[in-house]
This record gives sequence, C-alpha cells and structure tokens, in this order.
Amino acid sequence: MTDQAYNFAYLDEQTKRMIRRAILKGLAIPGYQVPFASREMPMPYGWGTGGVQVSAAVLTPDDRFKVIDQGADDTTNAVSIRSFFERTAGVATTTVTADASIIQTRHRIPEEPLTEGQVLVYQVPIPEPLRFLEPRESETRKMHALEEYGLMHVKLYEDIARHGHIATSYAYPVKVEGRYVMDPSPIPKFDNPKMGDMAAIQLFGAGREQRIYALPPYTQVISLDFEDHPFEASKANHACGLCGSEDSYLDEVIIDDAGGRMFVCSDTDYCEARQAAGHKGQDAA
Amino acid sequence: MIPLLSVSDISKHYGAHIGCSDVSFDLYPGEVMGIVGESGSGKSTLLNCLAGHLVPDAGTVVFDTRADGPRDTVSMSEPERRMLSRTDWAFVHQHARDGLRMGVSAGGNVGERLMAVGDRHYGDIRDKATDWLTRVEIDAARIDDRPTTFSGGMQQRLQIARNLVTGPRLVFMDEPTGGLDVSVQARLLDLLRGLVRDMGLSAIIVTHDLAVVRLLADRLMVMKSGRVVEAGLTDQVLDDPQHAYSQLLVSSVLQV
Repeated sequence: MTDQAYNFAYLDEQTKRMIRRAILKGLAIPGYQVPFASREMPMPYGWGTGGVQVSAAVLTPDDRFKVIDQGADDTTNAVSIRSFFERTAGVATTTVTADASIIQTRHRIPEEPLTEGQVLVYQVPIPEPLRFLEPRESETRKMHALEEYGLMHVKLYEDIARHGHIATSYAYPVKVEGRYVMDPSPIPKFDNPKMGDMAAIQLFGAGREQRIYALPPYTQVISLDFEDHPFEASKANHACGLCGSEDSYLDEVIIDDAGGRMFVCSDTDYCEARQAAGHKGQDAA
Repeated sequence: MIPLLSVSDISKHYGAHIGCSDVSFDLYPGEVMGIVGESGSGKSTLLNCLAGHLVPDAGTVVFDTRADGPRDTVSMSEPERRMLSRTDWAFVHQHARDGLRMGVSAGGNVGERLMAVGDRHYGDIRDKATDWLTRVEIDAARIDDRPTTFSGGMQQRLQIARNLVTGPRLVFMDEPTGGLDVSVQARLLDLLRGLVRDMGLSAIIVTHDLAVVRLLADRLMVMKSGRVVEAGLTDQVLDDPQHAYSQLLVSSVLQV
C-alpha cells in the first residue's frame, strides 16, 4: 500500500544516509549533540519533525512501528505519524510495546521495560540543556566541550531556593557516562531512571534545532542533583483509576465541572493490557 | 620572591590603530597595581589582554599558578585558562550587569563559581553565599532576591562577592566605582580595601578616578595612547608627577 510517489519512508536515500551517519556518530559519543541537515517535513516544527526523520532513517520494511504521544497511542500526533509511515513506508504498525521494533515517542518512555533489538526514538523540541541559562550557542558548545557544567546546578539551586525542593519535573537534565550533560526531551522525571542501563537503543531527534543525539544500550545515565537534595522520580500519589496500577505514571483527568477528577495511566497500552488481564481500578466501569 | 604576575612586552593592535604597546610590569603577591589614563588610552585593552579576554598580538603574561608554578597564560590551552579564570582569578566589570546573571537570585550568583568548581552540597553553598553577602554588607534576608531588585551599589557589591567566593589570588577590576554616586563609591572603596587587606589579594585596578588609586593602589602606571608614560609608587606619582601627561592628569582633578 506504499504510495508510489514517495521513496520508502518518505525521505530520499541520500538524506537517510546523512541522518544515519549522524546517528552513528551520536551512538559513538553518547549524549553529544550531532548537527545534521534537517529537512522540511510535511508537518509543522514542534510536531515531531526530528523524531520522524530519525524514524525514517532507521525503518526497514520488516520493522513493526509504534508511536506514542504522552504515553497514548490514540492522540492526534501519534495517529498522524503512524499513518504517515503506514502510507509512505508500508510498514506494519502496532500499539503493543513488546511487539514493536521501533517506537517513536513524544514525552514518555513506555512502562514496560524495553528489550534488546528495540529502538526508542524521542521527539526533542530543545536539545540544548543549557539554553535558558546561557543564550549564546557558541558559548554552550564551548561549555560542553570543556565539561563546564556548573551552570546546570545553578538552575537546580534556584529551584530549591524558590520552592524548597527541586521543582523541575520534566526535561530533567542528566549526565551521560560521566561526560555530557543531556536534555532527555520533555519526559517526566519519573522516566529518567529508565533511561540508564536500558537494553534498547535510544535516539533523539530535534528537527527545528537540527541536532541528533543518542544513547547506546546499557549506557550510564545519571540525573543531576545535590548531595543534600537527591534526585527523586516523582509521580502523582494515586493508583490508576482504570487498572489500579500503583507504579505507573499517571495523568490527571478532569471529569466534570464540580472538581471531579481521576488519575489514569498515561501509557494506554500498559493500562489496557492490565485491564485485559483482569486488574481493575476504583473508577473502572 | 616570585612575582604573581609577570607581564612583558604586551602589545595589541586593532588594525593600524594601537590598543596598547610594549607594556611590561611585575605584580607581587599582596600588591595592588593601579592603571590610570584617559578614555582610549588602552587601559581596558591591557586589562582584557591580561585576564585572557583578548589575545595580545605579542608578549607574555606569566602567572604563578598554584599547581605548576609560573605559566604563560597567553600560550596555555583554553580549558586551563578558563579554569584559572574561575578559581585563581576574578574579574569585576564596570557594569555589574556584565558580571552578574540578572535572572538568577543573589545566592545563585554567589554560588555559581562554587558549583563550577564542583561543590554539590546545597546547604554548604547556601551557607557560604550567606556569609559572603554579609561580608559585602548585603542583608542576608535578600539572598533569594534577583539582582534586578538591587540598587547599583548593591549590584556592584554582589558582583564582588560572587567573584571572591572561591578565594581567588588575583582580581582584575575595570572601573569598579564607575557610575556610582560618591557616598556609595566611598563605602565600596572601604569595603574593597578591607577585603584586599584581609584576604591578602593582589589586584589590578583600571580607573580614571585618581581618588580610587590613591586609596587602594600601592603602585601606579599612567597610560597615554596605548603606552605606559610613567610608573612608580602611587604617592610618588600623584604628588610628584614627572611626565607632562601625568602632570596634566593630576592637575585636572578639582580640589574641593
């Protein structure tokens, strides 16, 4: 069902080679932001142009593709990117985490642990963790090159001074293999510990900013913190209203005008699988 | 005694125009050197060459490092020079805004250098920041306020605290009292004099205000058109200027 007007997976082969070279370089230097010649994609910046280009470069006809947006398989961004590759690459798609060989994600890591052979592709809006502390790109590159990361802790210091604890709850900066400080894309800090020592390959694509970075399998990833204010992976202190899970990341959903709300797993595949296995939360119908 | 900073034949040209030319001097530990001259005389260019902000066209700047003894900072690698500039060196800008992070609280500003050299204990960083704010006469209760809410004098004192917190041995100051009113200037000078004496700091102060060097500097260099025209002990140069330009400079000050 591939649309014959397009090359496999939309991008031409030269472009895919260029992106693959960037990915390989990224894998060789974990956490280092590799510049690449990002292409115009048939979607607006901010909708995952970087992730889509990385996915296009690593897709093969045998792959099984899954897309999640904030953990969900059925939101606009996920549905449109999934159908984009169904149409331009003709690859099989799935919503089941364990069945997918490539998972493109916006802002979450699936609850189910990923395995060797899987590739997780992140959509990244701002790849530079130092951006809002130091506006000069020439200077931040120098800071990365010389490992001058004191400024990153100034941000965390400001958090504690203002809120009494580290209030950064997403895009929480990490240090990779004791070298590069990296922006993990806007995933909740609850997901940060999953990045470290992961069996799957993790690729990060920032289309507008023209940067690709990567984590090879089993890479050390440490969330920055202070000795007396250690990193804490936080989540809403509830159980999922539908499947009753106590340890998955939850979305808060407003359900009426009277302040009613419920907490549900943000990972829809995980939640549905648990419900199918007979788990029931307090709000389940 | 080994000089802390030994400068020889520093020259910097901007095209055909001379920034500064053939400047040499030695600075010994605990000594404060003043550089005076009119606008455009090359004193800021010289200071920036010494502090590693500008690359001089010729000459050497040998600094007596803690670890390896005397090293030429012009030819050393950039990482080493940047390391020096956040440990053993400090740079106080004329405009506090150039030297502060205006979007970060006073405590964060003071703590930045500590975190840059590897301090990772929030409580300790905050204690040191509080201590330094008190030492520069800023109310410790304002530790979480941003410098944008501070007056000009307070910003300048905050900049000094931020620079001295890691215990540097050499401080470069570019017109530290410029743009402040006279009573605030006097307090700042008092404070600086106290800190320099207490910590045994060496300093190079660039200014066009002769009162500043009279109070702070042990030795004085007078610059004109990129060259040093006279150098000597501060009192000697100010009370008995030999060069025509020094005489002009000294006599230009209005005696109240």
